[in-house]
Amino acid sequence: MSTDGARTRLRLPALDATSGVWAALALALMLGGTLVALDGGSLFSESSTISLLQRAAGLGIVAVGQTMAILAGSLDLSVAYVISLTSLVAAETMAGSDGMVLPAIAAVLAVSAAIGLLNGLLITKLRINAFIATLGVGLLIKGYLEQGYAGPAGSVPTSFQHLGYDRIGPVPLSFVLFAAVAAAAWFTLRSTRYGHHLIATGGDLDVARLSGVRTDRVLIRTHVICSLCAGIAGLYLASRLGAGAPRVGAEGGYDLESIAAVVLGGTVLAGGRGGVAGTVGGVLLLAVIDGVFNQLEVDSFFKQMVRGVVIVAAVAVYALRLRRTSDRRKAAVA
Amino acid sequence: MPPDSDGPLLRMRGVGKAFFGVRVLDDVDLDLHSGQVHALVGENGAGKSTLMKIASGVYQPDAGTLELAGQPVTLPDPRAAQAAGIGIIHQEFNLLPERTVAENVFLGREPMRRGLVDRRAMHARTAELLAGIGEDAITPQARVGRLSVAQQQVVEIVKALALDARVLIMDEPTASLAEHEVELLYQLVRRLQQRGIGILYVSHRLTEVFDLSGRITVLKDGRRVTTLDTAEATADTLVRHMVGRELSHYYPERAAPGSAGAARLTLSAAGNGRLHPVDLELRAGEVLGVGGLQGSGRSALARAVFGIDGFRTGRVLLDGEPVRVRSPRQAVRAGIAYVTEDRKGEGLALSQSVLDNALLAQRAVRPRWFGRAARTTTVRELLDAVEVHAAGTEQEIRYLSGGNQQKVVLARWLAMTPRVLLFDEPTRGIDVGAKAAIHDLIRRLAADGAAVLMISSELPELIGMSDRIVVMRDGAIAGELPAGASEEAVMGLATGAATSTEVPA
Repeated sequence: MSTDGARTRLRLPALDATSGVWAALALALMLGGTLVALDGGSLFSESSTISLLQRAAGLGIVAVGQTMAILAGSLDLSVAYVISLTSLVAAETMAGSDGMVLPAIAAVLAVSAAIGLLNGLLITKLRINAFIATLGVGLLIKGYLEQGYAGPAGSVPTSFQHLGYDRIGPVPLSFVLFAAVAAAAWFTLRSTRYGHHLIATGGDLDVARLSGVRTDRVLIRTHVICSLCAGIAGLYLASRLGAGAPRVGAEGGYDLESIAAVVLGGTVLAGGRGGVAGTVGGVLLLAVIDGVFNQLEVDSFFKQMVRGVVIVAAVAVYALRLRRTSDRRKAAVA
Repeated sequence: MPPDSDGPLLRMRGVGKAFFGVRVLDDVDLDLHSGQVHALVGENGAGKSTLMKIASGVYQPDAGTLELAGQPVTLPDPRAAQAAGIGIIHQEFNLLPERTVAENVFLGREPMRRGLVDRRAMHARTAELLAGIGEDAITPQARVGRLSVAQQQVVEIVKALALDARVLIMDEPTASLAEHEVELLYQLVRRLQQRGIGILYVSHRLTEVFDLSGRITVLKDGRRVTTLDTAEATADTLVRHMVGRELSHYYPERAAPGSAGAARLTLSAAGNGRLHPVDLELRAGEVLGVGGLQGSGRSALARAVFGIDGFRTGRVLLDGEPVRVRSPRQAVRAGIAYVTEDRKGEGLALSQSVLDNALLAQRAVRPRWFGRAARTTTVRELLDAVEVHAAGTEQEIRYLSGGNQQKVVLARWLAMTPRVLLFDEPTRGIDVGAKAAIHDLIRRLAADGAAVLMISSELPELIGMSDRIVVMRDGAIAGELPAGASEEAVMGLATGAATSTEVPA
């Protein structure tokens, strides 16, 4: 009947969530840069920029895959263990030999794709909730790792360590890889039929199915891609560490961190809304917060609290905005 | 689209459907011609939506045949119906609000170029389709969630047209539209008609039926009553065809005329987003029936009184005292009880015991130390008094029949000794025996001095139980009828066939 209720209330600036996270990133850079400068350091020195971008790269690659899963209305909690597992697969297959680099990469991709396939099949064919299915698969891998490995294993040849340590100017090679993965995902979502169907599936499974989308296939494919991203992150970490590490994924908190980055970037947990550009912003924002606190040498407890506050605040702002839109829609119906 | 030869576009013959042994559709014939608007009318539960779902592949008929342009067809699922050229516009739209118009229209059939989605072609073809129906306010790039409801409906129609739909089924298309948008829909329907599309127009608003359709089929209790040319029909004849059946159930005796006591609940100009300001008086000792079609504001009224979606304007008096009910908790404390229409969803905690369900309201609003043992005893007595048949008070309530579940809900509210009781479809999904028991209970409550408001879609129940009947339409009270009013009078007010506010029975 009337939209007065919604109109008279205070309006937030007309930013969508994606530009919102980039604005927050700019703010964090300014604020953090000032704080660090007051402390006598520099956030923008070459060494701190490099470590910031490197931190972003590993998480970023995982978060891009996670974005696809969440956009499709699903979720992947197994990524952290996939990272650990694939770092070991990489390092043990290479075993220090240059000639084994390519076979190792192939093995990592095969293993992670298989795990993604398993996740996807559990979710679509056995109709297990994505949260439980991927958690279960993750725990399965965790069990295997704890049983088989006490510590780092395998070794990576120097040739492969270029991935972890080389730079183009101030930009680490790993960050270029992240950018490439993100660009590929962005393009997929924008311009392929699969991408369109993925967003439709996440937006409303029934609408997608009744419009002729094969939603099961879309979900399975998405989980394979998400898992592959985790595998690529595993390769990167192996090259960085020089060996495979059975706990590197879980200790890095890649499962929840990647979800946090996606949500910070404005992708709705229920699916169907959001995108990779926001996730890239979310990853960078988390990396900047990390970088600032490392430079200030504040204890990690306080750092975690700030991150928590930032994530909750961001989601609250998005939720508020979303509710207003739907209020307006409801008012239009009444 | 070339005009068909004389044969109908869609021909349904002898269509029947039963659910769990209950026959909801029996031997229905229907012919829909190219370029024709064929209205399907009938009261709630007449079988309109079942027939519609059969025509769109959602349900499979148990009996009968479907022919499309002279060819027999089977429609195993909605996609098959789409492929055969039958599109359906649901009341709730099947659109993705986050995606653009073009992305929605071509979802699942995106045009491709060199392996990628050809956005340019997608936009161009959407623009063509929009232009084809004379719609110029919508751009293919617009996000659907930002469009008005009427515009979203246009997108739904365009989506169906993109599939080359020859038959378009529209389910209550004006239900979600504002008044000024209805005229736009009319124009659109006429344009589709000119293009040779056959439209099955499902509605119980007679004005629309007369404005748009060429032919009308009336359904009642799952059977086709008649099919006639709109030119030959009048509102009166239609209403008479829609209702009128023998009473098969006896109702408890009404209150003696003039025996109603003082006003317990008084609404004066009370309204909210879904209700126009309502004036209503509910007296002690009476059962006030509330009739109307689904979505006419009946439930919104009960929900507003009970503080779920409260009133925003006007005044509410309870036993003469002004009250503000802003939550169900306040309503319960003020002595108002609400037996919801959605028993399983809103009325019961299905996995809890009979006793827990019966104690729910008391535990919620009364302090824990307040006569705990006594209140359990009272509730057990009440459960006996309303004759709940269960394996015991500890049985999980989900295993009880609908009638027994409803009795538990009643016991819950009786324990609160309410002053005002709101019943929303109190006997829906309940077998005949339990129905009579619930009707008796409702009447006894009124006789004990409570004021009862009872919403019902079942006309015999509404008429059989009520001491007075108010009929709602479009969020307002369309009129009031005395006890024993005819079904025609109720339907007349509900559909807008009779427009005066006072209709003598």
